Amino acid sequence: MTMELKEALQKFLLRLGDNALIQGQRLSEWCSRAPMLEEDIALSNLALDHIGRAQVLLDYAGHTFGEIKTADELAFRRSEREYYNFLMAELPTGNFAFTIAKQLFLSAYEDLLYEALCESTDTHLSAFSLKAVKEARYHFSHAADWCMRLGLGTAESHDKMVDAIHDLWAYTHEFFEMSDCDLLLLQHGIAPDQEKLKKNWLDKIGKVFMRTGFSIPQDTYQHRGSRQGIHTEHLGHLLCEMQYLQRSYPDASW
Amino acid sequence: MQQTTGKMKLAELETNFERKIQAEEKIEPRDAMPEAYRLHLIRQISQHAHSEVIGMQPEGNWLLRAPSLRSKQILLAKIQDEGGHGLYLYSAAETLGISREEMIRQLHEGKAKYSNIFNYPTLTWADIGAIGWLVDGAAIVNQVALQRTSFGPYARAMFRICKEESFHQRQGYEIMATMMKGTPEQKKMAQDAMNRWWWPSLMMFGPHDSDSPHSGDAFKWKIKRKSNDELRQKFIDKTVQQAYVIGLTIPDPLLKWNEDKQGYDHGPIDWSEFKNVISGNGPCNRQRMEHHKFWHEEGKWVREAADAYKKRISTLN
Ligand SMILES: [Fe+2]
Ligand SMILES: [Fe+2]
Repeated sequence: MTMELKEALQKFLLRLGDNALIQGQRLSEWCSRAPMLEEDIALSNLALDHIGRAQVLLDYAGHTFGEIKTADELAFRRSEREYYNFLMAELPTGNFAFTIAKQLFLSAYEDLLYEALCESTDTHLSAFSLKAVKEARYHFSHAADWCMRLGLGTAESHDKMVDAIHDLWAYTHEFFEMSDCDLLLLQHGIAPDQEKLKKNWLDKIGKVFMRTGFSIPQDTYQHRGSRQGIHTEHLGHLLCEMQYLQRSYPDASW
Repeated sequence: MQQTTGKMKLAELETNFERKIQAEEKIEPRDAMPEAYRLHLIRQISQHAHSEVIGMQPEGNWLLRAPSLRSKQILLAKIQDEGGHGLYLYSAAETLGISREEMIRQLHEGKAKYSNIFNYPTLTWADIGAIGWLVDGAAIVNQVALQRTSFGPYARAMFRICKEESFHQRQGYEIMATMMKGTPEQKKMAQDAMNRWWWPSLMMFGPHDSDSPHSGDAFKWKIKRKSNDELRQKFIDKTVQQAYVIGLTIPDPLLKWNEDKQGYDHGPIDWSEFKNVISGNGPCNRQRMEHHKFWHEEGKWVREAADAYKKRISTLN
């Protein structure tokens, strides 16, 4: 593997791992705060799946560095500009509708991404994706079920979902950006063409929206930057909290 | 005339209840039972359920700051288990004719209680270890005894819950053990947590047998099978050794082995502190309740939407 390809793979793995970690962290915020106990448990479960996914992916990413790094080192010792998760993942949790819309968009993407990655020429990644796609499919149906309940429930719940969808739409196109590293991985059959995922993603979201009475928003300004490690102001605060113990006691192991 | 027959029947059924209790048979939800038995159980099971749920708060306080991916997963899974225990216990109480919504209302109005232990704050990561080890450890002692309680659904809930609690206890102990092998700061944190959680854990078993108000009926009905002091003794005896093994000191200078009773004697418990916290004046009483009320209210529109959707679907079918 050339140095260039190795670096591209590393960035890609960090992107997947960081997306899992940051989503897991945000989902954990619902603990003891969900609308009903059943949903508290369901959201913890989602968080647990994400953190578990982050652990495997960051561990693999850590082995693509010259000097091997552990998943924990990558999770707790990198700073804002070294994180590659999507901006949407780091946005503050917001209300329940916001979390559901976020989960719908992200899990629909992850469902398609991991499905495509099952065919990756990277055997670690393809083996991992077999499990990840099952989880992502479950996460998507969890979000889609809530879209039905909130979309067809009360006027208030419907309006809250519409607001969330509109607020989040500007963070969706970034999922599908083809950076140089994405192009290189595509050439080697390691990662899929993001443009193709976009079409399927729009179909998938469109189907849910049709049944729930939502419509796909007009494309307006789209936020970008995570491919270059440029984030919103929110990520720094999230990391501050998450990394607190590791940063305060650098010599300790837990 | 009819009324008399009704009364006779009731008397008969209550004898049946007595017979079952005597014969160590479980009382099931559709069995006739004295009203006082039913109310006692509702009070106890709902308090137990609320404790599981309120307990999610102090532990959740460290979820976002857990120091490794592994410890974050373990803590998430633990808190999720506790939520599951809450659900399971609410269902057991519901078989006695009270709804979950009503139990939550009683909690918010201060008519139902939850375990006092959760009115203490989790100040450092070591507190997560101390809760798992000491608080879940004390809960196990209590809950193992309740596996033999006379009400069927409650006893069965305890069987299921105890298995998970012993995991929690081991994981909590592991946190403490790791910290005691760590840096001087970690050791200090672990001992400090031990100092703060030891006495409140002993208080979890309630007042001494000599001044415990509810024991009479609960024993007669076999809801309670072991006394507060018996359970407390069991907990102390199994925990002291575990503390020594990892180098923690028990914050009780009067603690010593008693050869005759083959157990430890402990120093006096500060019951004035216990009474203070139980009556609302603990460090986190207000915070825990406000948190629960706030998020319950915040989730109202979601529950309403889910109900409306359910109705809508059922009219379509
Ligand atoms: Fe529990
Ligand atoms: Fe537990």
